[in-house]
Amino acid sequence: MVKLKVNGMERSFDGDPAMPLLWYLRDELRLTGTKFGCGMALCGACTVHKDGKAVRSCSTPMSAAAGAEITTIEGLGANGLHPVQKAWMHINVPQCGYCQPGQMMQAASFLKTTKKPTDADIDAAMSGNICRCGTYQRVRAAIKSAAEELA
Amino acid sequence: MSAIENVSRRGFMKGAASAGAFVLAVRFLPDSVQAEGLPGNAPVDGAALHPSVYVGIDPDGTVHIIAHRSEMGTTSRTSLPMILADELDADWKRVKIEQAIGDARYGSQDTDGSHSIREFYEPMRQAGATARIMLTQAAANQWGVSSSECAADLHAIVHKASGRRLGYGELASAAAKLPVPKTAELQFKPKSAWRYVGKGAPSYDLSDVVTGKAVYGMDAHMDGMVYASIQHPPVLGGKVKSFDDKETLKVAGVSQTVAIDPFQGPWGFQPLGGVAVIAKNTWAAFQGKKSLQIDWDNGPNANYNSDQYKKQLQETARNPAKVVGNRGDVDSAFAQGGKIIEAEYYVPHLAHAAMEPLVAVADFRDGKVTAWATTQNPQAVQDTVAKALGIDKENVVCHVTLLGGGFGRKSKPDYVAEAAILSKKVGRPVKVVWTREDDIQFDYYHSVSAMYMKASVDANGKPTAWLQRSVYPPIGSLGDPKLNYGGDFEMGMGFTDIPFDVPNLRVENGPATAQVRIGWLRSVANIYHAFAVQTFADELAHAAGRDPMDYMLELIGPPRAVDIASMKHPNYGANYDVYPNDTGRLRKVLEIAAEKSGWGKRKFAKGAGMGIAVHRSFLTYVANVVEVQVTDDGKVHIPRVDTVVDAGLVTNPEATRAQFQGAAVFATSIALSGSITATNGAIDQSNFDSYPVARMRDAPLQTNVTLVDSDAPPAGVGEPGVPPFIPALCNAIFAATGKRVRELPLSKTKLV
Repeated sequence: MVKLKVNGMERSFDGDPAMPLLWYLRDELRLTGTKFGCGMALCGACTVHKDGKAVRSCSTPMSAAAGAEITTIEGLGANGLHPVQKAWMHINVPQCGYCQPGQMMQAASFLKTTKKPTDADIDAAMSGNICRCGTYQRVRAAIKSAAEELA
Repeated sequence: MSAIENVSRRGFMKGAASAGAFVLAVRFLPDSVQAEGLPGNAPVDGAALHPSVYVGIDPDGTVHIIAHRSEMGTTSRTSLPMILADELDADWKRVKIEQAIGDARYGSQDTDGSHSIREFYEPMRQAGATARIMLTQAAANQWGVSSSECAADLHAIVHKASGRRLGYGELASAAAKLPVPKTAELQFKPKSAWRYVGKGAPSYDLSDVVTGKAVYGMDAHMDGMVYASIQHPPVLGGKVKSFDDKETLKVAGVSQTVAIDPFQGPWGFQPLGGVAVIAKNTWAAFQGKKSLQIDWDNGPNANYNSDQYKKQLQETARNPAKVVGNRGDVDSAFAQGGKIIEAEYYVPHLAHAAMEPLVAVADFRDGKVTAWATTQNPQAVQDTVAKALGIDKENVVCHVTLLGGGFGRKSKPDYVAEAAILSKKVGRPVKVVWTREDDIQFDYYHSVSAMYMKASVDANGKPTAWLQRSVYPPIGSLGDPKLNYGGDFEMGMGFTDIPFDVPNLRVENGPATAQVRIGWLRSVANIYHAFAVQTFADELAHAAGRDPMDYMLELIGPPRAVDIASMKHPNYGANYDVYPNDTGRLRKVLEIAAEKSGWGKRKFAKGAGMGIAVHRSFLTYVANVVEVQVTDDGKVHIPRVDTVVDAGLVTNPEATRAQFQGAAVFATSIALSGSITATNGAIDQSNFDSYPVARMRDAPLQTNVTLVDSDAPPAGVGEPGVPPFIPALCNAIFAATGKRVRELPLSKTKLV
């Protein structure tokens, strides 16, 4: 039995502890904002926060989530839109939008530790998140905008 | 299904009518832009008129607008309804967009070819004007005045003299009883009165997307559904000889395995066949698949090795081939002597790799299928599922979710048919989820191509004769695997529509037989044709010691409509009188790009430089200036791109700029690393490690998009940004390093 918190709610899971967190969130809890993109931590679409830090849920087994506090895109703006979400809307970042929950979760985690990100900081933090529509320029602008709001 | 609501046309009409709503039937010509011979892409019937339903108004004033095209990131789901709302003079805040199910009565729903706005601008406008005129008449009747004394004013009709005012909701029921005006009698708003067209609006789904509520195919759910993962034959045309599922059935959550028959006849959009693992969640299905032991009969395509195939293509390209376009006499000009320049180019197979892998849910029940799918073409879903199950297509209801990217792959609904077949076999709704590996290994690949170019030049370096030849397995192989020459539509994408002012010009196409499924990918044959033409032009400019920008203007020649009689091409299905290949517009985007980028005025350090290219595709004119820095260890950085676009009338400028910023990134992926290869018929790549795509650090840092203000009719914006970017980048690399890139991806060329 794995006990964890998801978006502030106590949860328990008694299935295969090797199952990745991604599929628990999506198939069991029906929290489908977290996306499947590659299954190998190569694309970042599945990014969630584990105890506040960005992790790839497709490669995080349930056993590793035991006792953790998990936040998904559905919980990011629990008390109104997170500054990252506001910036994403303001800058009109998404095209198809599929990778954007992962991009935002990555950005929100990154901005906790990097208050004034440079282009190089943003490249380093965000290059694990693929966007095939090619919204990177707006992702970068939105991160800078959110950083200002958070400052 | 909260975020995206699909409306059955009949259900919508019934529901709306019972609420006393005003439902408007409009008539319009069906989509005439059909690539010839493509399965599922043929006109549905021979009728010239297709009545359909695009708009309804509730008594509370809510305006429902049907989005009948798929949303995969271009914002067409928002922009098309905006056109209707503008002409209706509706308040955008009171518009509710409903996603259509697949139904031929909407006209073409095949969301590709960059023609959503181009093809449906007029029908949307007509629907809006029709509704406005009927509402106006209803108000005039109520007031006992002439309708000419009344006018629309943001969701209401006003009587100008008395100031009386009635809202659209108040008028809806009365308007519904009036005759529908004829299309020829419609009067449209003057441009000065437009509220939304040309100004734009953010995506209708933006808030749902950033909060994770948006529903994609991957998020579709049906009560009682099970999950399936399919092991497809590793080689196209392969068959299961036998399989052992003992280990698979031991995986917790796996309930059964089901064999799926291989396709019969031309593969078209049919499923590939294989063995499906059915489970209670996605992960169990994936795990079960890994444990399957399958003995395959790989069939004749097991002889396919892409290295060898490449050599064959290149050899074919060096020899005379079928002439598909000719002006003047190239042979005589070549025979006259003078300087001859030749070059060969090569672009490999490419995968689509949309962020959302292929996925569909289907429920077979009582001879009918209900499906939810991430699809660019719900009518092709109807056809394909119906054929796979031997039922009528009227018995296939396809709901369309948001798409996590498409790029052409999601026009081919093999994966939806798999879900339907499996649902029939297991007696429950089935969600088929492709892994990323499935997505890359079982794609409909962008065609591999070899091009041969030859020109004779005069003393000033200007071509006196130009020969270009392309060889690639054609998209038509979907319907006829033996077909080995390209279609007119493929040759017309950057080859027979070449705009150059050269007196002797010949276009040839050599044969190549498909060994994998070939499909269309964002901008299609323009990718390889523009790469060859625009790189070769740069080569000629440098050979002549000329500035590439000046040289290109000279090649294009004076402003004119390029003579189509001597070099025929389908012009993307558009009337050439309305959409001529206008070299004036082509020159203009090039000149603006040069100006915006500071072309010829900037000095670059070692390893840095600029390249230029210009190309018309999908009736839109695009010029790119790309700035590049090549590091000492051969890495390519793209600090700046200037893109200038003339797409005619642009409905949603912000979304259009986003399309061209995105196209630069998509093209960067193709240029830097895109390559699909095969060994013994099986695809070598499988995930983003072996099929890398541009990440933030690889992508252009800044793409400046300039939209030319134009009253020309609307043209495409989803695809035209891709073709010129790649040669502009490669030409920049030549300027920066002296290394000429003639083969993609450019990782094949040693840059330092």
